[in-house]
Amino acid sequence: MKKIEAIIRTAKFEEVLMELSKIGISFMTYSEVKGIGLEHAPPEQYRGTSFEKGFTPRTRLEIALPNDKVDAAIQCLLKVAYTGKVGDGKLFIYDILDAYRIRTKEQGEKAL
Amino acid sequence: MLTKLTSLIKSHLKEPGKRFFIIGAMLSFFVLSMVPQSVQAQDAAAEEVAYLPQEVADIIWLCLAAFLVFFMQAGFAMVESGLTRAKNSVNIMMKNLLDFSFGALLFWAIGYAIMYSSGDADIFGFDSTLAFLGAANSPTDNAGYGLSAAWIFQVVFAATAATIVSGAMAERTKLISYVVYSIILSGLVYPFTGHWIWGGGWLADMGMRDFAGSTVVHSVGGWAALAGAIMVGPRLGKYNKDGSVNAITPHNMPLAALGVFILWFGWYGFNPGSTLLAIGGVAHVAVTTTLAAAAGAVAAMTISWIQFKKPDLSMALNGALAGLVGITAPCASVSTGSAVIIGLVAGLLVFYSVLFIERKLKIDDPVGAISVHGICGAWGTLAIGLFGQRSIDVQYWSEDSTIQDGLFFGGGVGQLGIQAIGVLAIFVFVFVVMLIVFAAVKATVGLRVSDEEQLQGLDLGEHGNVAYGGFVMESTGPSAVITAESAKK
Repeated sequence: MKKIEAIIRTAKFEEVLMELSKIGISFMTYSEVKGIGLEHAPPEQYRGTSFEKGFTPRTRLEIALPNDKVDAAIQCLLKVAYTGKVGDGKLFIYDILDAYRIRTKEQGEKAL
Repeated sequence: MLTKLTSLIKSHLKEPGKRFFIIGAMLSFFVLSMVPQSVQAQDAAAEEVAYLPQEVADIIWLCLAAFLVFFMQAGFAMVESGLTRAKNSVNIMMKNLLDFSFGALLFWAIGYAIMYSSGDADIFGFDSTLAFLGAANSPTDNAGYGLSAAWIFQVVFAATAATIVSGAMAERTKLISYVVYSIILSGLVYPFTGHWIWGGGWLADMGMRDFAGSTVVHSVGGWAALAGAIMVGPRLGKYNKDGSVNAITPHNMPLAALGVFILWFGWYGFNPGSTLLAIGGVAHVAVTTTLAAAAGAVAAMTISWIQFKKPDLSMALNGALAGLVGITAPCASVSTGSAVIIGLVAGLLVFYSVLFIERKLKIDDPVGAISVHGICGAWGTLAIGLFGQRSIDVQYWSEDSTIQDGLFFGGGVGQLGIQAIGVLAIFVFVFVVMLIVFAAVKATVGLRVSDEEQLQGLDLGEHGNVAYGGFVMESTGPSAVITAESAKK
């Protein structure tokens, strides 16, 4: 079992969801996050004074997967979340020690 | 000059009601009864009671009605921003502020002079004494302020027509192109067609009736909105490749509802104010206006409940507005019962036409402006030919300028035919001219913002601002879908 943590463009979220569901991945957790990195949000201005917020909005997906689905998921994310511009995001892959489904007490891959 | 104008108004209307004096007498009795007896006896002996002159009462009523109609700008702003996404709210506020402001200046400079040029001009005229309101600067008596009152009442109507388009083109139109559009509509197109019906032009001569502007104001705005929405194209993500529709959800329904209540309130200036004089008939117009709005809301809510299985607030709100637009032309020509029927039909019309325009024609109108103002404006104007009653109309107009009875009241299709010619003429003229105007704007300054700017929101792209600073903004939604190709541009 592995966990993919994907930080992607918020604008890409719906498309990524759609493409992942096509390869049979439709369970995940996501959150709206703020990030600091190479990309800078366009400056805002108020009454002529410019300022930068200093962060950019991103969406973070957390997907737990059985080993045989991990590669397909990674390839899908690399393809769909891509625009080629600075700020497309990152993927992090972790090993999962164990997993439980609270309702049924199932353990391991069955719980995913 | 002024006398010319007041006599123009009054020649169309009956002798201002004597009821006014009864009200005046009652008021003064009330005031006098508050004064200590001894003083009262002394004063009554000393001087006669002073009445408010009828011509001053007319001016005050016209101005008050204009102030109510002005407030409708706030209603439009709230409806439009409530029904669209938070990331475009600054842009919508700016559009609603500037279309009134540019519109007022243009209507002062040339608009009024075109609209109320001599009635001898059937198609187009220009009265240079009215340009820049020169004639309003030297009133000689109370009645002399009639021109100022007439202008303030007309300018808020012109601005209403202009602001309708803002909602239909929301969330994707460049601000500069909206400025150009609002100058052309308020300064030229609206006064041009307005002259045909309200300024003594060819439709007025034919006997067309549009009491408060279902066609003159609402249809003109609605058809311009149709042309604009077609030319600017749908919002990013509204339609999928297979033609299916995505819901782009509103960001603040309470704000949209507040806007509709404000519009409804403002309509009490729009319709009752169109009597132009302080007469008892104001009350009947207020009643028909109320009933049609209520019926429109009930009809739209009910049909949405049946069709969607749940009552839809945005449709019910549109239904109330549809009823109001529908009763705007016939408010002083129909009975209370007819007003209810007109409102019910308008509520159904708006429901089905919103879906038809969105799903069949594939025209993206975020707030339903084309259906509410264009379709229901046409319906209200035609309704005079169906439900109009000479016996009611004659209370507001002189004997020789009343309408014929409508089809359902034994008058045949005569009036209906005249109304239909008017509706058709205004549709063809406004739609074609505005298509050309928007095409010209598109070819010069451009009409549509970039896809990136649409995703980010026009608030940031056009103004560098956000509407709700400090709040977390969600920018997802179907419209947020961006392809690698469009991002590379």
